[in-house]
Amino acid sequence: MQAISCRKVCKVFGPAAKPIVALQNINLDIAEGEFVTLVGASGCGKSTLLRALAGLESHSSGEIYASGAPVTGPGIDRAMVFQHYSLFPWLDVLDNIKFTRQIAAHIRERTSAEVEMASGRAQALLQVMGLTDAAHAYPNQLSGGMQQRVAIARALMGRPRILLMDEPFGALDAQTREVMHDLILHVSQLERCTVVFVTHDVEEAIYLGHRVVLMAPRPGRIECEYPVPLPELRAQHMKYTPAFLELKSRIIGQIRATSGIKTDSELLEKLARRSA
Amino acid sequence: MSSPESIGQAPAAPRSVSALGLPPPMRRDHQGLWVIRGSMSSRRYWCLAAIGLALPLVGWFALARFGTVNPVFLPGPAAVARSAIHWLTRGNLLDDTRISIYRVVAGWALSALIALPLGLLIGTYRTIQALLEPLTDFIRYMPAAAFIPLVMLWVGIGESAKIAIIFIGTFFQMVLMMAEDVRRVPMAQIEAAQTMGATRAEILEKVILPSAKPALLDTLRITMGWAWTYLVVAELVAANTGLGYAILKAQRFLETERIFCGIIIIGLIGMAMDQIFRLVHRLAFPWLQTRT
Ligand SMILES: Nc1ncnc2c1ncn2[C@@H]1O[C@H](COP(=O)(O)OP(=O)(O)OP(=O)(O)O)[C@@H](O)[C@H]1O
Ligand SMILES: [Mg+2]
Repeated sequence: MQAISCRKVCKVFGPAAKPIVALQNINLDIAEGEFVTLVGASGCGKSTLLRALAGLESHSSGEIYASGAPVTGPGIDRAMVFQHYSLFPWLDVLDNIKFTRQIAAHIRERTSAEVEMASGRAQALLQVMGLTDAAHAYPNQLSGGMQQRVAIARALMGRPRILLMDEPFGALDAQTREVMHDLILHVSQLERCTVVFVTHDVEEAIYLGHRVVLMAPRPGRIECEYPVPLPELRAQHMKYTPAFLELKSRIIGQIRATSGIKTDSELLEKLARRSA
Repeated sequence: MSSPESIGQAPAAPRSVSALGLPPPMRRDHQGLWVIRGSMSSRRYWCLAAIGLALPLVGWFALARFGTVNPVFLPGPAAVARSAIHWLTRGNLLDDTRISIYRVVAGWALSALIALPLGLLIGTYRTIQALLEPLTDFIRYMPAAAFIPLVMLWVGIGESAKIAIIFIGTFFQMVLMMAEDVRRVPMAQIEAAQTMGATRAEILEKVILPSAKPALLDTLRITMGWAWTYLVVAELVAANTGLGYAILKAQRFLETERIFCGIIIIGLIGMAMDQIFRLVHRLAFPWLQTRT
C-alpha cells in the first residue's frame, strides 16, 4: 500500500474571474518508508501541496489518499513540522513535546503500562534530539536549531505514519543545517516513517531524499522526478562525489529552465533591462 | 541559557579582525540613554520616573507661590493637601473612595466577564465576527454619557445604574480589543495543534486561550484605565457618594481645591491598579521575560 497517493489533484486560489492555479493535475505516489523531497522555484506550489497532504488546505479537485484513506482534514497519522513560530511559547520544551498527550485523539492507551511507555517516549525523544539539558527551558530561550529539534520531537511524539516538513531548516545556518540533516535521517529510519520534505535547497533535497520531485510554477505542477543514486546510509562526504554533483547541477538547471531563466547572465540582463 | 548546545552550534568565528589592523567591532551599548529600545537598570528607570512625576509638582508649587494666578483657578499644593485632610477627617473620603472603586471595578469586571468569551469567539470564528463586530463597532462610538437617561429609565437610579454606565463605557471597546488579541495568535500554533489531532474545543482551550493570555491581560489593564475615566459620568446619575460625585459637587461650590484633590486621588488609584496588573503580568507569564 502507498503511504500517500495523489490522483489528479488541483488547487485553485482566488476568485473565479482571476484564478491562481497553485496545483495542476498532481499525480504522486509515495511508498511507505520513503523519503521524498520536493524542490522547485519559489511559488510553484510546494507548500500548497504539502498543506493539502496535511489536510490543512482543501484541494479543488482530485483525490488524496494517506495510508489508504481519503484526506479530508488533518489527522494524527500525518504530523507536520513548520518553518517556524509553531512551538507553544508558554510551555517548556518537555511540555511542548508532550502536547499530544493532552489531545483526546491521542489518548488511546488504557493500561497504566501504556501510559508509562508514552511518557518514556518523551524522554527518549528528548535524548535522541539532544535536548535533555533544555527540557525545562522555554522555546524563546533556545536557538533556532534547538527550536526546530523540539518541533520535530513534538511531531514525532504521536507516532505519525507520515512526517510532512515545510522548509524546516530554511532559517538555520549552514553548519547547524548539516547536523540537522543527519539527525532527521537517523530519526526517520529509527521511526520508520514516511517523510515528505519541502525545500528550496537542492543539495539538501538530494542528500536527504530517496527521490527528488521537481515542481514547476505557473501553473504549479510536477515537472519531473529524480531517483537519488546514493546508498541508503548517507554521509556528508557523499556531497562531493561526481554522481551527487552531477545530479545537483542537473536539477538546478531544470529549476532555472522552469522559471524561464537559463543562465545567471540572462537573469542579470533581464534585471538590467527592467531598471533601464 | 547555560545549557550547552551539544550539536548544531556553529563554531566560534576566528578572532582575526584586530589582527588585520581593523578596528574592533563596535560594542553596542544597550545601557545608553538614547539607544533605540535599549534596556535600563530598574534603579535608573525609577529615578527618571520620579523626576517625571516630581517636575510638574515643582512647577505647580512655583506657579502657586510666585505666579499671579487666582487660587480659584489654580489652588496651590498646600491648599489641596489641606482640602484632602479636611475631606478625610470631616468628610467621608474613605467611603467615597471605596464606593467609587466598587463601581468602577464592578462595571469593568462585568464587562470583562462577558467580553472574554465573546472576544474569543469573534477572534476565532469568522461567522461570529461577521455577526457581531460591525454591530459592536457601531455602538462603541456612541457616547456613554448619552445613555444616562436610558439607563435611568431601564435600570433605575440605584448602584446598578452607575455600574451600567461604566459597563457601557468599557464593554464595546473591550470586546473588540480582545477579539484582536485572539486574532493575533499565530496561525502556525493553531495549525500545529490541528495536525496533532486537536478538536476545535481543544484548540480554543489549549492553544488560543493560553497563547492570547498575556495580550488579554494587557487589554484588561488598559480598559481598567478607561473604566476610571467614566467614573464622573457614572456618578452624574443620582449619586450622593463617590469621588466623581464629590468632584461634581465641588464644581457647584467652586471648591477648586476639592476638584484637584478628587482628580489626583483617582490618578493615584489608577496608577496603583496599573502597577498591580503589571506585577501579575510579570508573575503569570515568566516565559515572556526569558529573553531581552
Ligand atoms: N492562501 C492563498 N491565497 C491565494 N493564493 C495563494 C495562497 N497560498 C498560496 N497561493 C499562491 O499559490 C502559489 C503557490 O504558493 P506556495 O506557497 O505553495 O509556493 P511555494 O512553492 O511553497 O513557494 P516558496 O518556495 O516561496 O515557499 C503562489 O502563486 C501563491 O501566490
Ligand atoms: Mg513555501
